[in-house]
Amino acid sequence: MMPSIAETFFGSIGRKTIPLLKDLHDASRLINDTLYWALISPLKGKRIRFGAIVSEMVKAGYNSVPIVAIISLFVGIILALQSAYQLKRFGAMLYVANLVGVSITRELGPILTAIIVAGRSGSAFAAEIGSMKAAEEIDALVSMGINPIRFLVVPKLVALMVMLPALTVFSDCIGILGGLALSATVLEIHPANYFQQTITSLLTKDVLTGLMKAWAFAIVITIVGAYQGFKVEGGAEEVGRRTTASVVSSIFLVIVFDLFFTTLFYYFT
Amino acid sequence: MSYYGDREILKNISVSIPRGRTTVILGGSGCGKSTLLKHLIGLLKPTRGNILINGKDITLMEEEELNEVRRRMGVLFQGGALLNSITVADNVALPIREHTKLKEPTIQIMVRMKLDLVGLSGFENLYPSQLSGGMKKRAALARAIALDPEMLFFDEPSAGLDPVTAAGLDQLIMKLKNVFKMTILVVTHELASVFTIADEVVMLDHGEAIFSGKLDELKESNHPKIRMFLERRPEEEAYSPEDYFRMIAGD
Repeated sequence: MMPSIAETFFGSIGRKTIPLLKDLHDASRLINDTLYWALISPLKGKRIRFGAIVSEMVKAGYNSVPIVAIISLFVGIILALQSAYQLKRFGAMLYVANLVGVSITRELGPILTAIIVAGRSGSAFAAEIGSMKAAEEIDALVSMGINPIRFLVVPKLVALMVMLPALTVFSDCIGILGGLALSATVLEIHPANYFQQTITSLLTKDVLTGLMKAWAFAIVITIVGAYQGFKVEGGAEEVGRRTTASVVSSIFLVIVFDLFFTTLFYYFT
Repeated sequence: MSYYGDREILKNISVSIPRGRTTVILGGSGCGKSTLLKHLIGLLKPTRGNILINGKDITLMEEEELNEVRRRMGVLFQGGALLNSITVADNVALPIREHTKLKEPTIQIMVRMKLDLVGLSGFENLYPSQLSGGMKKRAALARAIALDPEMLFFDEPSAGLDPVTAAGLDQLIMKLKNVFKMTILVVTHELASVFTIADEVVMLDHGEAIFSGKLDELKESNHPKIRMFLERRPEEEAYSPEDYFRMIAGD
């Protein structure tokens, strides 16, 4: 017997939503477990793996320094040029410093750093955990009584929560430096004036809100990478697919969270 | 009883694994032996039924309690499942470091002892990717016995190994049983290895236990499926030519 239109319709809704609910359930469980092993279990006297945290900090943080520096420098220069393009019509060239300083610290520093780290480390997390899943290494950890979330995810989370804000501060500085370099040469603003203008225009809260964003992005990137990694079933092909998915979805979620925080800070700071 | 989606993988399995002996779970590919093993070590939970270890039901246990049981188990996975990012010695030391508070020099001595037992002295500082298939399995075995477990589980120990290396691994299994009095459970379809190591045999067919008893009883069994397996005869054609035609025509 042919299914009726209503049956087909509700059937197709069900087929789409049920796996989605399962994914949501898995993701929330991962978040729950990660926060438990990162925050509560150390209070109960369970050891934190300091060695692993340091090595993750080097891989995710220290090794990203060159690329973050170059991109921030370029974006600082681009931003200064674009603002000068508008401001020179008003003869208000000195305000380039304000525009560069505020947009870099509040917005571009955190989000550029997060996108670079999502591309470098988020994908590496997914690939590492995914290939361990495919080679039964995760099963081996569980069978040894070692919780894979505590062993693999928590060090990455702690490392990113320290290194992403640090990289963001670094990116802020380099971005402002880029703006200054361009202003001093092309726009012929005296560096001391530019520097003074940046200092007066920047508020502590501009920098702090940027750092809070970086903190949230660190959690998003780690959880998405780990989630995609643990989802791997089967072989190498799946690892590749999940790695790509982790980059796309973590960049997407970073921007969603950025929108959320920017709105929040617009009204409440 | 256990399901993968709608497919029933294991059913009507009621067997006991005697302490201090080697039990082999035997069966063709896809009969559910690896799935059964994953249930026994608590990686999967059955849809229905119980699994008792030392009289306690592991299907009802919370993670913490289950980990206590797992500390007394060692598992050798099919590909070894060594962590690729750390050296062989660190792999073997991993369960010791995680579960005990021993000092580093003691751990180093224990690691060297375990590696020597499996014949891998001198390979401490190599990475798993630098080892051959057989050496990986032996290193993984060293890790599985690092905490001197009471129970040792093997998933297809001879899969992908040449006959000589496989026989070496069988010797090692015998040694562990005889010297350390471990309870050993081996999942395999390798007949040669079954006849060497098994005391007890459980045979699975399409997820059902069709035999459970001593090795000699298995050899004398008249069950057609068991005879087919022992004499390496292929399964008879399941359908008539008409049925086959209907199947490929798609109706």
